Amino acid sequence: MKLTLNDSVVDVDPAWQGETLLVFLREALDLTGAKSGCAKGACGSCTVLVDGVPKLACKTVVKDVAGCTIVTIEGMAAADGTLHPLQQAFVDHGAIQCGFCTPGMVLRAHGLLLKKSRPTRVEIRKALSANLCRCTGYQQIIDAVEAASVHYSLPDAVRERSR
Amino acid sequence: MPSLKNKAWRNDAFAKVTGQARYTDDLKVHNMLHAVPVYTDHVHAHVKEIRTAAAGAMPGVVRVITARDCPGSIRFGQIRQDYPMLVEETIRSHGDVVAIVVAESRAQAKAAAARVDVDAEALPALLDPDEALKAGAARVHQSEESNIVNHHKIRRGDIAKRFAESDFILEEEFATQRVEHAYIEPESALCVPRGDGVMEVYGSMQPPFSTRRCTAAMLGVALSEVEVRSVPVGGGFGGKDDTAAIVCARTALAARLTGRPVKMTYDREWSLRESYKRHPYRARYRMGVGVDGLIKAVEAHLVADAGAYCSTTPFVTWRSAVQCCGPYRVDAVHGDVYGVYTNNGFTGAMRGFGSPQVNFCIEQLIDMAAERAGIDPIEFRRRNMLAQGDETITGQPLDNHTVGLEHVLDRVVDEFDYADKLGRCSRGRPRPRGRSRDADDLYGVGLAISYRGMSLGAEGMDFNAAIVNVQFDGSILLEVAVHENGQGAESTMVLILAEEMGVKPERIRYRQPSTSNIPDGGPTVASRATLMGGSAVVDAARKLKKRMAEILAPRLGCAPDAVRFEKDCVVGGTESLSFDEAVHLLFVEKEFPYAFGEFKAPTVDWDEATGSGRAYFTYVYGCQAVELVVNAKTGKVTLLGAAAAHDVGRAINPPMVLGQFYGGMAMGIGYALHEEVLLDEGRVTNLNLDTYRIPRARDLPEMKGLIVENTDPNSLSGAKGVAEPTIELMAPAIANALYNATGKRYHRLPMKVEVAP
Repeated sequence: MKLTLNDSVVDVDPAWQGETLLVFLREALDLTGAKSGCAKGACGSCTVLVDGVPKLACKTVVKDVAGCTIVTIEGMAAADGTLHPLQQAFVDHGAIQCGFCTPGMVLRAHGLLLKKSRPTRVEIRKALSANLCRCTGYQQIIDAVEAASVHYSLPDAVRERSR
Repeated sequence: MPSLKNKAWRNDAFAKVTGQARYTDDLKVHNMLHAVPVYTDHVHAHVKEIRTAAAGAMPGVVRVITARDCPGSIRFGQIRQDYPMLVEETIRSHGDVVAIVVAESRAQAKAAAARVDVDAEALPALLDPDEALKAGAARVHQSEESNIVNHHKIRRGDIAKRFAESDFILEEEFATQRVEHAYIEPESALCVPRGDGVMEVYGSMQPPFSTRRCTAAMLGVALSEVEVRSVPVGGGFGGKDDTAAIVCARTALAARLTGRPVKMTYDREWSLRESYKRHPYRARYRMGVGVDGLIKAVEAHLVADAGAYCSTTPFVTWRSAVQCCGPYRVDAVHGDVYGVYTNNGFTGAMRGFGSPQVNFCIEQLIDMAAERAGIDPIEFRRRNMLAQGDETITGQPLDNHTVGLEHVLDRVVDEFDYADKLGRCSRGRPRPRGRSRDADDLYGVGLAISYRGMSLGAEGMDFNAAIVNVQFDGSILLEVAVHENGQGAESTMVLILAEEMGVKPERIRYRQPSTSNIPDGGPTVASRATLMGGSAVVDAARKLKKRMAEILAPRLGCAPDAVRFEKDCVVGGTESLSFDEAVHLLFVEKEFPYAFGEFKAPTVDWDEATGSGRAYFTYVYGCQAVELVVNAKTGKVTLLGAAAAHDVGRAINPPMVLGQFYGGMAMGIGYALHEEVLLDEGRVTNLNLDTYRIPRARDLPEMKGLIVENTDPNSLSGAKGVAEPTIELMAPAIANALYNATGKRYHRLPMKVEVAP
């Protein structure tokens, strides 16, 4: 089976097809941005985008995403290292402390903003409630997502970033 | 749209937001093995035999390790060495580890762990601290005379006389619960045996130096034979002290015995089962008050469940004793604080460290006393709270820093519109308050204040170190004996150095020191990193500047003390050198632009018999308020907003200071309303984050952070600390708000509003 991962086509060895997407990313590909915090879908630290929709990699079996397009945190910044505006907003707003939840939070927010470019703070809060953070109280994460939402209302940006 | 006055500055933000930051479990080493812990289902038992043959024969298993394989000391403890890192003869709690299985893969290790067979005779478990305190109770540790871990006393003034003079006496009992730190990254450790014999340890832990002590002790080697290196840590909150260090030590033992690199990463269930928790307290308070609205006397009797092992219980409960009356003038106090052994999982350090429990009690008592005296609760606080020069209940005059209580209280009262909100509280009678509110909503607002001793105080040795090493091209390497737990300590150190040296922070690269190249600066706990590490950085910078000025003064045509460091230049008289040029000239003179900075905490003292002395060398002050509605039919509590003001001395990195506010408030809200580690006969039943419920974004209100700055002369940077005061106020503020909404008092945490069926 094949899948598209951060703009590259990946051939998946049959040995990995029954594993969770989280184990495949971390162990087979050494993409360790997605984290394991609970291994049962409660914390959201393993969130990745599957066809533009946030999914929990710890609850997703590799063979079920055959042919899908997957974006992990490693695929968010531009090839030259320039941060995605959402990532830059996390940096600028102090939305990062220990950083363990950050990859999942960024992708959860990215998924929201791809679907709805100018959500209210209440809508952001609701969407981010799938992911746990113990450091920030979410306040500055919500600030960052709200600030970054401006970039998603640009038609080109939506096309470019929905991958 | 949130305004962005200050961009946050963090040296690690790029790595963390791109997924490049490598946490312990992200590391892989050639030829690496995997280890897992083995538990039994016993809570208290005598171990007859641990049979490892079947597990050892499982596929991929390299070694099964038990206590008898340990070449060094099996027992660990920062204060009392009573924790067996691997069980010897006695299992004392459900989290006790009896063996470690090491295998080629983690899955193989886990499969084999289930095959370790422990023959043990169950013993009755002592689970209630009140029972454990009774004369004749079975002892959790046979080596101890009783189950009392410690008994701290406060004896101040003539309590009988002052109660007799009181116009009324409040008598209340409170209970707080066991809570989990719930760092999102579970414990993980990696140990690589090095060719030179040194065991190199990477771990998700807060205290590299105690991790080294614990590891070296378990291996039976000198401190110099273990090198603990720092990697990004996914949160600690006081919880990656003992247990995380022990996980590192066990991993190092596995690496030593197999001669191969070993990684041990915890499942969340193991973490919740084994790691220590915040102490549950049972508290009885009496408070005598005059009609003049002055507190005459306080009697406090507090019992903390230490669980099966001592850990930091004597220190946690000591802080409770020192702060048992809140930030008030009370000249007659009789306080008793006990830590008690039971067979529950052990308890230890957690952000707040003994203060959230006592604040929950005292800040409700203050509101109760104000109501009984017929005085506004803010006015009641103003009449009693500590002012400049006042003595604390331990007899310490607060005369060496600004006592900022009034400032924090004023800021919250003004900016949260507290007086107006207080007037609109429901007090148990639903009042429709406009179209947006449900007619069943009960509205309430509540507030709490605190003072908090900074750093370790009379707990222990308190000093820190920094190394500033300027390179030939003018770039600067900085190392400090503090640890990045996620709070932004490294960035704070960089910003302090940049300011002191008059250079841009981008010139400075923070190098995470290992335990082998910087002196032991103690653990990064007790909100001490900014205060202690930052002061060491300032000391190093001042030494470096003095030396540079002496050498460069002739060139600059001025006296050494006229040389200034500003805007990436060294300036004196009419001459100016770029920082790069200045550094180059130093090297030409064969002078290293290198400095070792140190900071020793000012002297503190303590008399344990009377509970008096200068407990801490400086204090911080905080105030938090919250408004909420309670649905009178369902009991559902909805938080509408919250505000916090904290006097931090000086805010070095304001967005990250606010991040501490919000994170602490969120944790305080979880403590107040959601969180509790549930035990069934000593066994934790909510073992993962689906059932152990920490606040999600939807559970929290919009929060407002108000930074108050009164530069502290005891800190070389002027900054104090902010991590812990932020968590110690939400529970009492919510309790007071719930009372103002419902007219009922809530004495137990977490607070549940019960409604009549």
